[in-house]
Amino acid sequence: MKKDEALAHYRAMLLIRRFEERCAQLYVQGKIGGFLHLYIGQEAVAVGAMGLLRPDDYFVTSYRDHGYALARGTDPRPLMAELCGKIGGISRGKGGSMHFYDVPSGNFGGDGIVAGHLPIAAGMGYSIRIRETDQVVVCFFGDGAVNEGAFHEALNVSALWGLPVVFVIENNRYGMGTSISRASSVKDLYQRGSAYGIPRQDVDGMDLLAVREALGEAIERARKDKQPTLLEAETYRYRGHSMSDPGKYRTKDEIEEMMSHDPVRLFAKHLRKKHRVAATHLEAMDKDVLAQVEDAVKYAEQSPWPAPETLYEDVYVRSPFINARAADRDPAWRAALSEDRVPQEFPVPDDAKVGS
Amino acid sequence: MAVITMRDALNQAMREEMRRDPSVFLIGEEVGQYQGPYKVTQGLIQEFGEWRVRDTPIAEEAIAGVAVGAAFVGMRPIAEMMTFNFSLLALDQIVNHAAKYRYMSGGQVRCPMVLRGPSGAAAQVAAQHSQAFESWFTHVPGLVVAMPSTPSDAKGLLKASIRDDNPVIFMENEVLYNLKGEVRDEEYTIPLGLGDVKREGKDVTIVAWSRSVQRALEAADLLAAEGVEAEIVDPRTLRPLDEDVIFDSVRKTNRCVVVEEGWRYAGFGAEVADRVQRGCFDDLDAPILRITAADVPMPYSKKLEKAYLPQPKQIIDAVNQVLYR
Repeated sequence: MKKDEALAHYRAMLLIRRFEERCAQLYVQGKIGGFLHLYIGQEAVAVGAMGLLRPDDYFVTSYRDHGYALARGTDPRPLMAELCGKIGGISRGKGGSMHFYDVPSGNFGGDGIVAGHLPIAAGMGYSIRIRETDQVVVCFFGDGAVNEGAFHEALNVSALWGLPVVFVIENNRYGMGTSISRASSVKDLYQRGSAYGIPRQDVDGMDLLAVREALGEAIERARKDKQPTLLEAETYRYRGHSMSDPGKYRTKDEIEEMMSHDPVRLFAKHLRKKHRVAATHLEAMDKDVLAQVEDAVKYAEQSPWPAPETLYEDVYVRSPFINARAADRDPAWRAALSEDRVPQEFPVPDDAKVGS
Repeated sequence: MAVITMRDALNQAMREEMRRDPSVFLIGEEVGQYQGPYKVTQGLIQEFGEWRVRDTPIAEEAIAGVAVGAAFVGMRPIAEMMTFNFSLLALDQIVNHAAKYRYMSGGQVRCPMVLRGPSGAAAQVAAQHSQAFESWFTHVPGLVVAMPSTPSDAKGLLKASIRDDNPVIFMENEVLYNLKGEVRDEEYTIPLGLGDVKREGKDVTIVAWSRSVQRALEAADLLAAEGVEAEIVDPRTLRPLDEDVIFDSVRKTNRCVVVEEGWRYAGFGAEVADRVQRGCFDDLDAPILRITAADVPMPYSKKLEKAYLPQPKQIIDAVNQVLYR
């Protein structure tokens, strides 16, 4: 990685860290409601992955989803506005913390159902095979997801049909308050890939360079060989499962041990050693990131609340195949638009050589 | 005008739409090499190949989820449930994903997919394989629910469902697959949310859909022999619901009976009755009556099965009651 690229990666990790620290404050102040799952401690996974994706690739994530959007380069302002439930939010205040979507950047959302997005990732991979493009899908989920039936169904069909999907388990050791050892019969989660006969690997999820290397190989395999991979990134969330969880099921020693391998500090060390970046440069960058976060908070606070009539918007798509006279008695149909809010274009399959 | 079965009408609809649009593909259990568990997809894999007619393992959540994911990126999947009984295993994909992503994303995505297959009572296959699911799916905002009762409606509605940009739950009926009817030769679609009068009459309105239309027609013939002319209204699509065609009929007859194959408790017929009492309160000369299945799981024995399902005699009794005969 070149110096500029390395600095950009560092900045992205820092942005996630500072953005979420501010989120925690806003939550305590009552400005963010509902569930707030923080990604702090896991930054190297999202940032390492996003640096490898092409603009036309797709990704889907679990509900601990702030880091992926920020790492992908989505403007933090509409993300913060979303957290505050404002109309300027990326999902117009309808999704909140668990549902960050930014479709133009290939981000098809944070999914609130554990493992619910794994079959969806397979479906996106299926579309890539039908269209015969060389896009890939990366699907991020936590260790809790591997015990869901959807994990099994999605991995089986992805292996069976050769779908270009990289499945990334972010093993932060706890599904809510239940440790891996109390939830999974096999402790090395990546070994579950053997059940589907697909490439599998575990990687130090606190080390951005290690994540990049392992994911890079998996993405190439998906792109060129049309083969899925199961990757396990061993990482740690510093905070509780959500803001309402004090995390008493973990020992202080364990938390301190993991925090001593902090991904942001680890990569800062790398920047100083390998690229001779001065400590003052990194401090200046931190200040800049803090200012960017404050700007996002300001934007969120100034953004208006959604008007009550927006309640019915975005349920349906208006289409000529619906009898509008009957449908329009329902306010959700009356408010339906025929377009998407950010119009999308997808590759058109070539009928002559579909899936050949 | 050709006379064909419901099965062939559905097959024609899919074949025509797959020829017309390379984004349309079919995915489900036994849809390809086996030619369809009920032969509805016969011959499609020969014409379109295995990527567009995808046989799957027995994995309903994957079938629905693959369709949802492909639809989000602009494909138009048709996911077949061997029967809707198994859609319960895919319910999270349908209710929490297909129906909600557009809303949760603030209008960034759409899910132009069809989930189709037989629903309703089959013949002596007992509780887990013989039940009506319209009340489950019509409850969910974000979904469209279509339930055709004739070959012509099946073809036109399925073509519209494939072209529509919303997730459509398209419920067929196993017992109706062999039902024959006239189907136009030329290309056509039928708008979703447009009902149809299946039999005209002046004395009473019977609202029925899917297989219940056949029972209502049978009852209407027997009533006609007694001088009572029943009008049968088939909404064809349950969400959105064509209130106009129902209200126009009730305003003429002043009486309404709703027939459904599902359970009474919180059944879709209650939604129809609620709308009719609000929309036609001054026109009604009698309470709205509902004919439903019995509120028990479907039994196996054919004697009990008959007792479970709504029968023409019950419809006749209800009509006589609202006519105070």
